[in-house]
Amino acid sequence: MDALILVRARGLRKEYGKGEGLVRAVHGVDLDVAAGETLAVMGPSGCGKSTLLHLLGGLDRPSGGELWLNGRRTDQMGERALARMRRSDVGFVFQAFHLMDELTAKENVELPALLAGRPPRQARRRAIELLGQVGLAERADHLPSALSGGQRQRVAIARALANEPLVVLADEPTGNLDSAAALDVLRLFEVLHLSGMTLVIVTHDNRVASAADRVISMRDGAFVDELLTSGTTTGNLADFARIGG
Amino acid sequence: MGKLLLVWRLTTKDLRHRPGEAVLLLLAIATAATALTLGMALHGATNNPYAATRAATNGPDVVVTEVPGGPGNPGPVNAAVLTRLDHASGVVAHSGPYPVTWALVRARGLTAGAEIDGRSSAPSSVDQPKLTSGSWVRPGGAVVEGGFARALGLAIGDRITLGRVSFRVVGIAVTAAIPNYPGVCFLGCEMPGSLGNYNPGLIWLTQTDAERVAALSAEPVAYFADLKLSDPAQANNFANAYDANTSPRAPFLLSWQSIRNEDATTISNDQLVLITGSWLLGLLALASVAVLVGGRMAGQTRRVGLVKAVGGTPGLVATVFLFEHVLLALCAAGAGLLAGWLTAPLLTGPGAGLVGAPGPPPLGTSAIGLVTAMALGVAVIATFVPAIRAARISTVSALGDAVRTPRRRAWVVAFSARLPVPLLLGLRLAARRPRRLVLSALSVAITASGIVAVLAVHATDASPGFLAPNNPQNLQLDQVTSVISAMLIILAVVNAILIAWAMALDARHSSALARALGATPRQVGTALSVAQIFPALAGALLGIPGGIGLYDAAKHGGSTAVPPVSWLGAMVLGTVLVVAVLTVIPARIGARRPVAEILQAETA
Repeated sequence: MDALILVRARGLRKEYGKGEGLVRAVHGVDLDVAAGETLAVMGPSGCGKSTLLHLLGGLDRPSGGELWLNGRRTDQMGERALARMRRSDVGFVFQAFHLMDELTAKENVELPALLAGRPPRQARRRAIELLGQVGLAERADHLPSALSGGQRQRVAIARALANEPLVVLADEPTGNLDSAAALDVLRLFEVLHLSGMTLVIVTHDNRVASAADRVISMRDGAFVDELLTSGTTTGNLADFARIGG
Repeated sequence: MGKLLLVWRLTTKDLRHRPGEAVLLLLAIATAATALTLGMALHGATNNPYAATRAATNGPDVVVTEVPGGPGNPGPVNAAVLTRLDHASGVVAHSGPYPVTWALVRARGLTAGAEIDGRSSAPSSVDQPKLTSGSWVRPGGAVVEGGFARALGLAIGDRITLGRVSFRVVGIAVTAAIPNYPGVCFLGCEMPGSLGNYNPGLIWLTQTDAERVAALSAEPVAYFADLKLSDPAQANNFANAYDANTSPRAPFLLSWQSIRNEDATTISNDQLVLITGSWLLGLLALASVAVLVGGRMAGQTRRVGLVKAVGGTPGLVATVFLFEHVLLALCAAGAGLLAGWLTAPLLTGPGAGLVGAPGPPPLGTSAIGLVTAMALGVAVIATFVPAIRAARISTVSALGDAVRTPRRRAWVVAFSARLPVPLLLGLRLAARRPRRLVLSALSVAITASGIVAVLAVHATDASPGFLAPNNPQNLQLDQVTSVISAMLIILAVVNAILIAWAMALDARHSSALARALGATPRQVGTALSVAQIFPALAGALLGIPGGIGLYDAAKHGGSTAVPPVSWLGAMVLGTVLVVAVLTVIPARIGARRPVAEILQAETA
């Protein structure tokens, strides 16, 4: 396997239901994500992009196909091994932020480090440092309910970085944000990108996609197009445009 | 009228929509109502058997006793003083005086105290004990009172030793003149030395044999006589008037009503345990209903929003919620009354000391009212806060199915950061809903109290000098306490599952998030158990004084029986273990769902 490829999927499938009710959320996806690359996955609602992200991060199990993360086969891992992988190798950013309401910003950010068994002081120091990096040092003691949407998402990004993951998977990170807040989050991703972090971002937002190295378009659970930021398309952009209407 | 119809329709639709929860609610309240009904039904349950025994033995209206010993009567007594009462105004018949003495009885490897009643071989006109088996006294042949015979395990033909004299058991009989074993000393006992350690039972011998036992054992002799009055209903007044106007040296009189009430002591202990138990069950039911209603409320937020969105007022929402639970409570009260009324005769058998069967349990309107009020009270108290909350929630929030923000305890967050992951997550989970934590602890404390009370009964049985593995009072108390404890345990198990279920539901999002951030399913599952173990441990420890207090209250004074530390330790450990195991079920079910599915469902 190519050492530069951090995430690799071959014939990845995720199906729900049976018989006539069968839904193919992800249908035979092949994917390689290189270390340090920023990949954007775009497509209409229900096309399977979030499901793909969940499969890549081990939040859900594929129905078929093969999946590797950092050279390790993850589709055959048990729940415990997947949990360890999520803890050390993956950082998640969700559209709905998914912060713990009863924890302050810094307590939310330090949580993954505590789950990884880091000493509390070290976890706290890292949390404060990360909050400083996302511009929320002064909001470290605030509860999520006292933060704006953009601030909450920045806390979530800081949390995703707590254990220095190999890859950050972001699911519609600007979906719940106004333009100004979305811009703040975009800037953060740009910084992460420049620092060499591997990012896979599922998004509807063209601004997010334009910041990526590569944009993949999905439709009905399958990739229909791939666009490099250089402007070259690798395949069926025309088909995608036609299907999208 | 239209509004009433709407309330009725919304209520019945919801009950049909969630039949399982409705049945659980019904079961929880009905269990408490059954126990309370049993307690009420036991009142006066021995009256009929006593009356039957009195009729069968031509029992006396008044028993006259002349017992030696004590400050007023230090020396030997004279039977002649009793005969003066034979001709008192209102007395129409009499028997006695009979010599009475006390001695140690040894039988079947057991040692106990015995009150020996010396009787003629010929039948007596008043108080001729009714033989339930065998024949009446003869030289060398003893007749043993039914309750005492059962306690000693005696049968016809067995040999017993009274003091130093050996006798054969020739008969087993019952009487209405002396309270059943172990209440014999109600008429007065004089038991010096080691005899004082025992609660005596009654044995009849011939007069000559009784005097021989007394002489050989150098025990004092007392005299008892029986009177029949022209108006038996006035026996209490007759006895009280005499006892109040005579010196301490004079004979002491007791009416048949007093003896009947003493016979009812066993049942009154049971009644006390049942009524106390029913209130404990009521509290448990309250906890169950509160958890269930809270869970239902959480599941119904969107429905409340819909009702409000189509024009339902906050009052209508609260009314539907309250009405639904009041309806269930009324059904539960009816079921509890019926179950209690039907099962009461099983706990009110006359025992070996009386003949006849208890009549149907007397359930008056006050008892029915009290049971119904308890059921309604449980439902209304548990439903009131959720109903008000449902009425107050804004339509938009309700439609968005907004979850109540969990409580934050800064010190718990700080402290738990130093703990291993399962403890960290468990402690934080527990601190999110302190009211549920208290409910859980109370529920376990109530159950543990019941278990400790049963252990205290067994500890009493095992204490030295106490005859009674077979003491009928203890046997019955043991039986009733065990029934109550079984009901408590069943309801507590239901409660533990409900609380764990409610906690797992409430923690669904945070548990899924913890898994997304790297916690393993086992760590999350253990955390759910840990969150339940804290209140279980507190509840089990609280149950120790609670149970000892419950037992003390039921046995009307005397020394406190504390179960051995090893028993109590096993109870605490067992309780915590059972709760932990019960919590694993919803935790396991929760862990099977993929994290992504839960997180997406929560944001849908």
